[in-house]
Amino acid sequence: MLEIKDLHVKVAGKEILKGIDLSINAGEIHAVMGPNGSGKTTLAQVLAGRMTYEVTGGQARFEGKDLLVMKPEDRAREGVFMAFQYPVEIPGVSNAYFLKAAVNAIRKYHGREEIDAMDFVTLVQDKAKLLGLDETFMKRGLNEGFSGGEKKKNEVFQMAVLEPKLCVLDETDSGLDIDALRVVANGINVMRSPNRAMLVVTHYQRLLDYVIPDFVHVLVDGKIVKSGDADLARNLEKHGYGWILEETPRPPQAARA
Amino acid sequence: MPAVQETVEQVRLIDVDQYKYGFETLIESEKAPKGLSDDTVRFISAKKGEPQWMLDWRLKSYRHWLTMTEPTWQNVHYPPIDYQAIVYYSAPKQAKDRPGSLADVDPRLLETYEKLGIPLHERAALAGVAVDAVFDSVSVATTFKAKLAELGIVFCSFSEAVQEHPDLVRKYLGTVVPFNDNFFAGLNSAVFSDGSFAYVPPGVRCPMELSTYFRINAQDTGQFERTLIIADEGAYVSYLEGCTAPIRDTNQLHAAVVELIALDNAEIKYSTIQNWYPGDKNGKGGIYNFVTKRGKALGANSKVSWTQVETGSAITWKYPSCILQGDNSVGEFYSVALVNNYQQADTGTKMLHIGKNTRSTIISKGISAGYGRNTYRGRVQIHKGATNARNYSQCDSLLIGSTCAAFTFPDIQVQEPTAQMEHEASTSKIGEEQLFYCQTRGITPEDATNMIVNGFCKQVFLKLPMEFAVEAQKLIGVSLNLEGTVG
Repeated sequence: MLEIKDLHVKVAGKEILKGIDLSINAGEIHAVMGPNGSGKTTLAQVLAGRMTYEVTGGQARFEGKDLLVMKPEDRAREGVFMAFQYPVEIPGVSNAYFLKAAVNAIRKYHGREEIDAMDFVTLVQDKAKLLGLDETFMKRGLNEGFSGGEKKKNEVFQMAVLEPKLCVLDETDSGLDIDALRVVANGINVMRSPNRAMLVVTHYQRLLDYVIPDFVHVLVDGKIVKSGDADLARNLEKHGYGWILEETPRPPQAARA
Repeated sequence: MPAVQETVEQVRLIDVDQYKYGFETLIESEKAPKGLSDDTVRFISAKKGEPQWMLDWRLKSYRHWLTMTEPTWQNVHYPPIDYQAIVYYSAPKQAKDRPGSLADVDPRLLETYEKLGIPLHERAALAGVAVDAVFDSVSVATTFKAKLAELGIVFCSFSEAVQEHPDLVRKYLGTVVPFNDNFFAGLNSAVFSDGSFAYVPPGVRCPMELSTYFRINAQDTGQFERTLIIADEGAYVSYLEGCTAPIRDTNQLHAAVVELIALDNAEIKYSTIQNWYPGDKNGKGGIYNFVTKRGKALGANSKVSWTQVETGSAITWKYPSCILQGDNSVGEFYSVALVNNYQQADTGTKMLHIGKNTRSTIISKGISAGYGRNTYRGRVQIHKGATNARNYSQCDSLLIGSTCAAFTFPDIQVQEPTAQMEHEASTSKIGEEQLFYCQTRGITPEDATNMIVNGFCKQVFLKLPMEFAVEAQKLIGVSLNLEGTVG
């Protein structure tokens, strides 16, 4: 579904991603872990289409299409969703209105009619129930005055309503208390499907106690230095990132060897 | 779901041309000679067959105006206006002096209003809205007059009111905005041509929206209309004005005066959708909209409420105000002012609290885009003796892009220790982060901008009569020229 090859990205003139290779198939959950500043968020943002991030080399294909030439809104319409680490607030625009505009923009792109108002209400209620959320927040301004936990839950809620093919979650677990973490993890798990892939960017093992990934990748200094299964994440939690750095030769040296 | 929330879809349906009211009606008109003098004033008065007292008032105003100087304190810039280069009276030539019915009105005029979306035939008219159509200097038609007359409501052109209801006009004219109030009000008092007049008798709730549609058509012509609305004891009236003008590359002056008077327990709600030609994208042409609007909540428990959506004009200079004289009277001001390209607006309100327990609310939303300059200027005055007066003010500015500007000049004067004042202000910018967030949900930056702007204005739009709330949203989208870039 997603094929990333030798992806290089600069931010404000500084190279952050230094050759990422990653292949994700439908039905898989990939976790990307790594220390602060390793490039995790950059990877997520580049996939979503942030223009301030300059791709200097490599490619990313989504279902065979060149993702990097698409506008962000077209990526979303093709089925790429990103849950933000820090979702923005838009006062005066209700969550319901915003989400309906998003649903319709995506439907229109695929030549479908706009969603009927009643169908939309039903859809929202169903998804809220599925995630165990109180749907009254739909009437409030988009993320307006939401707590950090509420914002993250709202990201997962939007994901459930928009039903994307590829979900990129950027540190959706950060700053959550244990109850909110469970709600978010539950949301991700109910979205798990053979037709859908997920890329979960996280700092900690704790989300992965609830969401068991198929693959774990360790990102250090703009490169994936180690890949494995869920056990890798548990090892990281126990031993930190230090042992990987010692065990893995620095990439430039590896290239010379 | 409120009408406000349908915008994104609706804006897509609007024509791509930015100012769709820019056409000109080719009609022969009768004009005063260019320039201003005693003779011009007499010419206008004679054209209207006015009684002597009206002419005297005009001449007194004119002579006082000669002693006044144009104000320069406002935060707008424009080259000096040559008051001798303006035509002060222009009327479409008609077979009869005063059309008795629509059948007598020139079909080209009816067609003009049809094109503007204001059908004047009552069967086709907007349900529940009576319209007075003012074309250049004269009123060409007023709909639903007979129906309103059954309730004792007078709704007619100002000229007609001078003839038919001289007692009411003499009693109230200039009592809220005196002829010596300010430079532009003084000019208007001398040369005002037409406008609307409404009187709602005691205890009557006007069953339909009263509305005036102002159209400037002729070149080099100023429009100086005068509107006077009186709600007698216990009466209620909701009034709406709309304004458009053809695209011209010279500036045209519009200096109107509006006076509202609410007696005991009466309520007047006045809404404006101002869409005068704003000039082109380089700032050439457009209307100078220099207007004095003031309402007097004269009686106890009376209420005056202003709602304005200001998207047009090259320059807007207006402060719809409330004099809260009656005890327990209420004043409101809800405003959306949008400037784009090289438009300038200096607008706001004055709330003068004189009576006891008077309350006022100010909600001002300024949007600046392009090279626009948007100024909010507000004065809240609590006079001595206005015990327990309360004011709540909120003025928010929204910036789009980095070449526009927003200014806020609030002025609060309190002479009464029991007063309660609240003032909130905010300035925000539509950020790259907000737009990117919307994009990752499949929404284009243009639609996202529109959505954010409408969210910003919602509080004010909800105050407009239903039909016009939708209109206002469309207008905002068109004025920002968002729809042209969609798809």
